[in-house]
Amino acid sequence: MAVSILHRVSGDGLAIVGASMFLWWLGALASGPDAYAAFIACVWHDPEAGTFHQITNILGKVVLIGLTWAFFQHLFSGLRHFVLDTGAGYELKVNKTWSTIVIVGALFATAATWLYIFKEALNG
Amino acid sequence: MGNGTRLGRVRGLGSSHHGSQHWLQQRLTALGNILLVGFLFVSFLRLPMTDHGAVARWASNPTVALALILMLVSVFWHLRLGLQVLIEDYVHGDGTRLLAVVLLNFYAIGGAAYGIFAIVRIALAPAAGLAPGGM
Repeated sequence: MAVSILHRVSGDGLAIVGASMFLWWLGALASGPDAYAAFIACVWHDPEAGTFHQITNILGKVVLIGLTWAFFQHLFSGLRHFVLDTGAGYELKVNKTWSTIVIVGALFATAATWLYIFKEALNG
Repeated sequence: MGNGTRLGRVRGLGSSHHGSQHWLQQRLTALGNILLVGFLFVSFLRLPMTDHGAVARWASNPTVALALILMLVSVFWHLRLGLQVLIEDYVHGDGTRLLAVVLLNFYAIGGAAYGIFAIVRIALAPAAGLAPGGM
């Protein structure tokens, strides 16, 4: 149950928020160094941040962490669907085990990704 | 095919409309997404993302630019199918549902076109001697 609705929630989140944010980033990249710096200052880090950018910097990280989770959740439960498509994994216990592994695995992968990013940011 | 009950009249006809086509396209683009978004994810982790020059050089590499264009096609195709199911499940009324599907198609096709055009600009700007311009 939970893993099914999470597949839809994470997929629709990626489709609307994730795809829009990717296009925003890509448009900024194509628009040149100034536009790209403005994008980074808004979403990630602004060295001379006013109140507005302090807030958007935090919001940007929250959204990016959310998108990372949605990516792994949708990827892992999508892989689960490929297995179910073959007709395997419908026994109650097996089904429940893999649903749990999908949810825990997505949280674990998200945490590992962001520990890596923050570690790189501190060392860099 | 029977002619008695409602179930009997439709049994054996296969799915109505484009159900199996939708199902197959969703899975084919899912496989594409695993490869192409996986590549994007690993690239994001390895790139100095705040450095415009480094990221633009990466994106203008022909292999990378091609992978990004394929990724946009695969992702926007997949999300169009997924959001269509969302609309079919939650938007009721023929008029509003039609409007929602039209808006979804504008978003999916327009978004993919915008993204592909941005990549082409990044990849060809050095060869064409173009300065980066507003998107």
